[in-house]
Amino acid sequence: MSKPFTPKVVTANDLLKGDVIYQTISGWCRDLADAEILRDEAHADLRLIEGSQQISEVVGVYLMDVTVYGSALTTTHFREEFRATGPSNYAHGKQSEHKQEVV
Amino acid sequence: MYTYNEFDKSFIQTRNAQFRGQVERRIDGSLTEDEFKPLRLMNGLYLQLHAYMLRVAIPYGTLNGGQMRQLAFIADKWDKGYGHFTTRQNIQFNWPELKDVPDILDALAEVEMHAIQTSGNTIRNVTADHFAGAAADEIADPRPVAELIRQWSTDHPEFQFMPRKFKVAVTGSTNDRAVTRAHDIGLRMVKKDGVAGFEVIVGGGLGRTPMIGKVITNFLPQEDLLPYLESIVSVWNQIGRRDNKYKARIKITVHEHGIEEIRRLVDERFSIVKGTFSGIDQQRLAEYEKQFAAPEFTAKSDAGFKDAYHNDPVFRAWCDTNLAAHKADGYSIVSISIKKHGQTPGDATSDQMRLMADLAEQYGHNELRISHEQNVILPHVHKSDLPAIHAALKTQDLATANIGLISDIIACPGMDYCALATARSIPVAQEIATRFEDLKLEHEIGNLKIKISGCINACGHHHVGHIGILGLDRAGVENYQVTLGGDHTETAKVGDRAGPGFAADELVPAIERLVDAYLELRTGKDEEFIETYRRIGLAPFKVALYPEAQADAA
Ligand code: HEM
Ligand code: SF4
Repeated sequence: MSKPFTPKVVTANDLLKGDVIYQTISGWCRDLADAEILRDEAHADLRLIEGSQQISEVVGVYLMDVTVYGSALTTTHFREEFRATGPSNYAHGKQSEHKQEVV
Repeated sequence: MYTYNEFDKSFIQTRNAQFRGQVERRIDGSLTEDEFKPLRLMNGLYLQLHAYMLRVAIPYGTLNGGQMRQLAFIADKWDKGYGHFTTRQNIQFNWPELKDVPDILDALAEVEMHAIQTSGNTIRNVTADHFAGAAADEIADPRPVAELIRQWSTDHPEFQFMPRKFKVAVTGSTNDRAVTRAHDIGLRMVKKDGVAGFEVIVGGGLGRTPMIGKVITNFLPQEDLLPYLESIVSVWNQIGRRDNKYKARIKITVHEHGIEEIRRLVDERFSIVKGTFSGIDQQRLAEYEKQFAAPEFTAKSDAGFKDAYHNDPVFRAWCDTNLAAHKADGYSIVSISIKKHGQTPGDATSDQMRLMADLAEQYGHNELRISHEQNVILPHVHKSDLPAIHAALKTQDLATANIGLISDIIACPGMDYCALATARSIPVAQEIATRFEDLKLEHEIGNLKIKISGCINACGHHHVGHIGILGLDRAGVENYQVTLGGDHTETAKVGDRAGPGFAADELVPAIERLVDAYLELRTGKDEEFIETYRRIGLAPFKVALYPEAQADAA
């Protein structure tokens, strides 16, 4: 039996800056809260392909699991939690930056 | 130390210009990531979790004040004001942006540094004893030989696409401070009938399948070194497994074929290769030896040192842990701990780098070293200058007296930075160091090496730690496996797995129980943890680590 589909977000690293980005309906964002939530498997696969084609903007595109509470989004795995915030030894990375649209 | 010649300079310039073009073509979309990735890796540029990471080689761990100051400049201008020194005598910058990397490489070239062959399936940065050229117990400075190997292996056409990466370490002393037994090739200088040569160790490595290297020859005359190394690498290049990344390292080749067979093949190959070396290598070696000639040591009074040692307990504690015996009278080797309790092991801020550069220039014959234990060394310091150095170090949080102690931890970047990690290692190191500092126990505990890796690749050397910690992902939760009794020296040994792993919040209490057990079980203060472990074995420590299991069994 295949596992039921769980909500996902397309994520990658920005080509120029190298930081973590998430796909939105119209482009990419740096804050997970702004990401497009994918609830349907076929649609998620399609969005993944679309993201992967943007080779001059992004690197290492993949689908990550998220948990959705109403309109709020959280990561399900600790690796994604660190990607969404930054390292734990310094207040560097996302935890120290402002929201910013990329593309 | 070695200075670039015209060939070296133009080689680096050409490589940097090539890479600048490649970065431009990547950014304008004419190169895909699949095309670009091998190119950037050849230049030490990785993509990690939150950003790019640039790994810069510090050949055999040696650098001068000007180079250190340039690293500080790079950290300020293109990174977040710090750098991370690694177990392989590299420095990693964790936050560069892609477009800036060509400028960083040019800035490095200005001080004769680069990031070539710090990644990929090449012969990597040759590492050496960080006390090279200074240690009282040394036969000869291993760095001329390390430089010879570096020149031979850099851009060697036969060795650009090998089955896997290849790492060489050299020590000029019979006391192995370069972890030679955990390298693809380890060279340990030994003497036979008064002549210096090398014990050659092959097939060591950590990672997924840890192996202690095996001695392929007890004594290799110095003049045979390059042809012999070339023979080893070329045998492996031919019979090493390219079908499976996890079986490609020479440690597996040696394991599968047996050391006798490898020795036979290498000898056979050597008889052909030897003739192709015209002796140029020996002329080069003689030149390098001149470049690495020891500074002129002077004789002066150390009365000031003695006074400070008797009157200042803080200075005394620092001397007792952070100094090592120098070969010249009146001199010391200073290990600067960049591991103040609670700091990230191996990280130095740009201010700290500049201070260390100043101290090297003012008091240390302009030499600095990076140790595989992620500290910085001033190799040649006259004892009379120690009080001033200690006072200066205090101003930048660099005077921690913990070299070799429980808080002098090796830790890889782990999941705070590394894309391959299965768990974090830095916070574990921070917590252990702070906990034992709070207990004020570490000087009582004495020499104890804790080494932490954030995944099975073992960049943090956990297999050879007296206490090794490996971070894993157990069903989506960080979990830490403990190994005991590892040894990284000439008596190298892979540690024994103690039992089931610990959750993050159970780990530090478990380490504390383990250390308490040691304090109780040791014969006296001069029996180090590793000696107690060798004497009584795993069982009593297991009881300390897993008290519940004992209760259940009772
Ligand atoms: C963060 C980026 C890093 C990546 C992607 C990385 C990757 C790897 C991989 C894949 C291996 C296993 C190689 C194999 O078994 O064939 C390895 C081994 C190793 N790495 Fe790293 N590493 C990183 C950082 C570091 C750092 C920061 C250090 C030093 C603190 C380091 C030191 C080592 C050492 C000493 C080994 C040797 C283990 C062996 O014998 O293979 N690495 N690394
Ligand atoms: S041991 Fe694993 S987590 Fe640590 S640096 Fe190496 S690859 Fe990354």
